[in-house]
Amino acid sequence: MDKQTRHILEILEEDARTAPEEIANLTGMTVDDVTKNVEQLEKNGIIRKYKTIIDWELAGEEYVHAIIELKVTLERKLGYKAIAERLYKFPEVRSVRLLSGGHDISLTVRGNSMKEVAFFVAEKIATLDQVQGTTTHFVLKTYKEDGVILHEPEHIKRLQISP
Amino acid sequence: MRERCDPSAFVAEHLKTVPPSGIRRFFDLVSEMDDVISLGVGEPDFITPWHIREACIHSIEHGVTAYTSNYGLLELREEISKLYSQKYRVDYNPESESLVTTGVSEALDIAIRAIVNPGDEVIVVQPSYVSYVPSVIFAGGVPVPVSTKMSNNFKITSEELEDAITDKTKAVIINYPNNPTGAVMDKDSLESIADVIVEHDLMMISDEVYDCLTYNGTHTCFASLEGMRDRTILLNGFSKSHAMTGFRMGYALAAPEIIDSMMLIHQYSMLCAPITAQIGAIEALKNGEGEVQKMVREYDRRRHLIVGGLNKLGLECFEPKGAFYAFPSISSTGLTSGDFAEGLLNEQKVATVPGDVFGEAGVGFLRCSYAASREDIHTALDRMDEFVDGLKV
Ligand SMILES: Cc1ncc(COP(=O)(O)O)c(C=O)c1O
Repeated sequence: MDKQTRHILEILEEDARTAPEEIANLTGMTVDDVTKNVEQLEKNGIIRKYKTIIDWELAGEEYVHAIIELKVTLERKLGYKAIAERLYKFPEVRSVRLLSGGHDISLTVRGNSMKEVAFFVAEKIATLDQVQGTTTHFVLKTYKEDGVILHEPEHIKRLQISP
Repeated sequence: MRERCDPSAFVAEHLKTVPPSGIRRFFDLVSEMDDVISLGVGEPDFITPWHIREACIHSIEHGVTAYTSNYGLLELREEISKLYSQKYRVDYNPESESLVTTGVSEALDIAIRAIVNPGDEVIVVQPSYVSYVPSVIFAGGVPVPVSTKMSNNFKITSEELEDAITDKTKAVIINYPNNPTGAVMDKDSLESIADVIVEHDLMMISDEVYDCLTYNGTHTCFASLEGMRDRTILLNGFSKSHAMTGFRMGYALAAPEIIDSMMLIHQYSMLCAPITAQIGAIEALKNGEGEVQKMVREYDRRRHLIVGGLNKLGLECFEPKGAFYAFPSISSTGLTSGDFAEGLLNEQKVATVPGDVFGEAGVGFLRCSYAASREDIHTALDRMDEFVDGLKV
């Protein structure tokens, strides 16, 4: 990856709404080159999507999140991909990861209540042929999401002038 | 009744020749104001990376709170030696050629005191960090400033250096990447300086505290030049590279005879650098490179932002290739550095540092630190635009 591409990706990863003009200011590139470069990154899938991290709890929405660990048996040939595909098609499932260690797959699931999530896991996930067992962990509080700390960091005082 | 004393009569004579730092005066002005956007700071605005803070906390929890060897923890000196041999191909024996100090500040002070006899001249390449001239005076030496020029990208030339050398010259102090200009010196230019150092049998004190903050190309360590290792007292630390200013962590690398004499002062005046900071420094060297590079990339982006912005305002700004300072010329406005900085502060509440604080060579310039958030840099640029516009009418 060249230096400019890395700059663009880091800038957008931190703030997806950074305007091309600002990216140009920060990299010394022309606005035109920035726009072209970003389009290319979008086209070849390096930039997947622009999203917003929302503190739903603060907004008053009582979403329930759970982390579900699965043990699975593998279908011949198809491997983990087949089961992953079955799982990620549920809109309730927010992420699907293949793991090393005691469990095979970890999901995050979002629902409107504990009951809803519990029933979703019992009816839709546990009943899948390949799924041997599930362990559900309900999330009590999220402190950090996708690299973002979900509460105000303390303000650090520095001298205004120093040598 | 006993006679009242006049404390001022006790102040040492040589201290009366040291003017108070121009930075101090500005600091006092700023501290009386609210809502100031500051481009006046000479320290990173990042917090020390967490893994470093965490290592320090862990050590305190485990009661690691004692004195260390006067030289500093051997493990730290070994890590420093490893760094220099890997990064710059210059080898230092961690047992005899390395001294851990309380910031580069202490290393600078004792380096000068270790080699200067009363009346010896020390050449200070300017614009320079504010401590060099006073430190030479404190040591009983005579500082000899040499000015670099924007037209030569604030690099010192061998001719400029030669012109300042007399038979009393003992040493030269350079600092690249430079505070306040952001200038760097490429290898070839440094080679010609090395020739002069050898020809006149001088010692080089090279303050390379900004070596990691180099944006185009790689830094050349002065001691890595052929024949220069034993003619260099190399100073470096963790304040800038690892955002560790408050930890007070620096070090000196030099020939054993030099380290020995620095050690003589250090053991009696400082005993050792703080142990917690040394633990943090070990962690920084072992596992800190990723965080350093992340900070460097962000400084690089802000560098583009501020240099582009200043030039757009009509303040000619040469491209700083290191450290985190832009050093625009304000001579087109007709104001002195001091008047510009003071006006900007009073009218637009933007704090900068007038260039003349860093020596004659800084007259007509302004130091703008970009160790500030992008948002602050934008606001400061907008306010500076208004200020400069206001000067035209
Ligand atoms: C060029 C230079 N040398 C030395 C220092 C002091 O560094 P330390 O915090 O290691 O004492 C500074 C700090 O501003 C500096 O800019």
